[in-house]
Amino acid sequence: MGLIGSYNLRSMIVRKGTAAMTAGGIAMVVAVFVMTLAIAQGFRATLVASGSPQNSIILRKGATAETVSGLLRSDVPLIETLPQVARGADNRPLASPELVVAIALPRQTDNQNANVPVRGVGPKAFQIRDAMTFVEGRQFAPGTREINVGRLAVGRFKGLGLGSDVKFGNATWTIVGIFTADDAAFESELWGDVDLMMPAFQRIGYQSMTVKLADASMFDSFKAAIESDPRLYLKPSREQDYYAEQSQAMTTVIRVFGTFVTLILSIGAVFGAMNTMYAAVAYRTREIGMLRALGFSRFRIVTAFLAESVALALVGGVLGCILALPVHGLSTGTTNFTSFSEVAFKFRITPALLAGGMLFSAVMGAVGGLLPAIRAARIPVARALREI
Amino acid sequence: MALIELRDVTKTYKRDAIEIPVLDRVSIDVPEGEYLGLMGPSGSGKSTLLNLLAGIDRPTRGSIRVGDTETSSLSERALAGWRARNVGFIFQLYNLIPVLTAFENVELPLLLTNLSKTQRRDHVMTALGIVALSDREKHYPRQLSGGQEQRVAIARAIVTDPRLLLADEPTGDLDAKSAGEVLTLLQRLNKEYKKTIVMVTHDPHAAERATRVLHLEKGTLVEQTPAAVGG
Ligand SMILES: Nc1ncnc2c1ncn2[C@@H]1O[C@H](COP(=O)(O)OP(=O)(O)O)[C@@H](O)[C@H]1O
Ligand SMILES: [Mg+2]
Repeated sequence: MGLIGSYNLRSMIVRKGTAAMTAGGIAMVVAVFVMTLAIAQGFRATLVASGSPQNSIILRKGATAETVSGLLRSDVPLIETLPQVARGADNRPLASPELVVAIALPRQTDNQNANVPVRGVGPKAFQIRDAMTFVEGRQFAPGTREINVGRLAVGRFKGLGLGSDVKFGNATWTIVGIFTADDAAFESELWGDVDLMMPAFQRIGYQSMTVKLADASMFDSFKAAIESDPRLYLKPSREQDYYAEQSQAMTTVIRVFGTFVTLILSIGAVFGAMNTMYAAVAYRTREIGMLRALGFSRFRIVTAFLAESVALALVGGVLGCILALPVHGLSTGTTNFTSFSEVAFKFRITPALLAGGMLFSAVMGAVGGLLPAIRAARIPVARALREI
Repeated sequence: MALIELRDVTKTYKRDAIEIPVLDRVSIDVPEGEYLGLMGPSGSGKSTLLNLLAGIDRPTRGSIRVGDTETSSLSERALAGWRARNVGFIFQLYNLIPVLTAFENVELPLLLTNLSKTQRRDHVMTALGIVALSDREKHYPRQLSGGQEQRVAIARAIVTDPRLLLADEPTGDLDAKSAGEVLTLLQRLNKEYKKTIVMVTHDPHAAERATRVLHLEKGTLVEQTPAAVGG
């Protein structure tokens, strides 16, 4: 196949103009494909990063997300005192009862209000999530109206700088620290003392509780302990499983939408490739006739022209991947369906995604090249040789 | 037994609903080692006859045998394989691939064999040597004269060492000098290398080189004794 391959390849180079247009069309589609999937990938990575293998999140039985869950104040000591819960240097349990409420703040970009999650947390919350670090300021002091803000939220919303005051829940809160959390969803949130937030938002209970276990392997016995206590109507989950599940609905929507858009676009690109290949076949009819006269089979002609089309598409695929690469790491945000608040995340292009883009371009080349290749193979030899 | 045996070969083309008769009950025997010239006015069916011999077209009726093979009854696939092994075809317009070098053009038919790269190289260089173009192996067709292009095409036709060479007006596009060289080459292939050749031509000088000349007129054969028998 070597020489025949280079024959098709060199013939393609002769028609650089149309070849470049076709490759360009395919490049566009592959770029869109890679970019939309990079959104899904980034979104999922952000939520999954929010979970740690040693942590467990406890919700009311039947609740699928924090927003629809509830915990009684009296539940907290029953859980905290379980032997599986890790303890800090002060011998107090690493457990944080929490409350999440969405407030509206104006976005930096368009000044439009969007929902931002405010999370009331216990004093150990920062110790429980080990990826949390302060880039500016310090942790809020328990019992005060001090709050901390995630760095991604600072970038996306107005008035969240260090030292600023933010009004919500009939009170004014002062920002005393800005934190990062390894791109986790927490970076899009505002954190303050849960015991002050509860009355501010007129709540009478918590929504969830997150605990650090003494060891990740203790989850099963921890779960059994909670489920066997008749006073608790709660369900503990591994934190990572919980957040992976939270991302499911959104990533599915992005993937379905992305696939739909790229499919529509790819129809155009496939027709482009088909057009180019029909032109190539018409232009080289006499050469094809000659090859057949020499004894090249129809099958060989089909594969040669298919290979040409696929090669052309792969050039487009590489181009498309290169076009898409610069969005890697760019931040964007979207409303998570399960929490109805904005989650900031970064586009994430993985090697597997690029491989998917290349495969997609090859498929477009094959689909676009198939009919022209079959036509090339079906031209009657005697008639092809008469072509001028 | 003759190498080629055509029996009552009839060919009609259908254009719309009308049948166009091109060949009408042609029977020819070509003995092994013959250099047969086919002459006749334009449109008399010479190319059609040659294509039938080459197995790139099929007779409407009648039978064609080459060696022990009844080519008129082979499947499309089998016929392609048979062509690759048994026939070297030389075209009026050379039909070299412009993006391939002389070497690569000659190598094309060898891609259908099991030969290794080095064996292919040997065969190609031998063929280019016979047509006296060894020094042009790296040239592209556009860097060659018409006569040289046709000699590359002849090298391509002989590189698999087929017993049968078919040439359709091989000098039709050449000046007298180049045509003379090509004709001398074909004559040598017939004499020295024992190739059976069937050559279509409308040039009486070309036909002179053949050992026998047949005339086609409106699809039927008119055998004439050649005025001058070459060689
Ligand atoms: N594929 C075809 N379809 C229809 N008519 C054809 C086809 N090939 C050849 N013919 C006709 O057959 C006749 C003989 O053609 P050809 O064999 O090329 O003649 P020659 O080579 O002697 O000039 C011509 O009238 C030509 O138009
Ligand atoms: Mg002709």
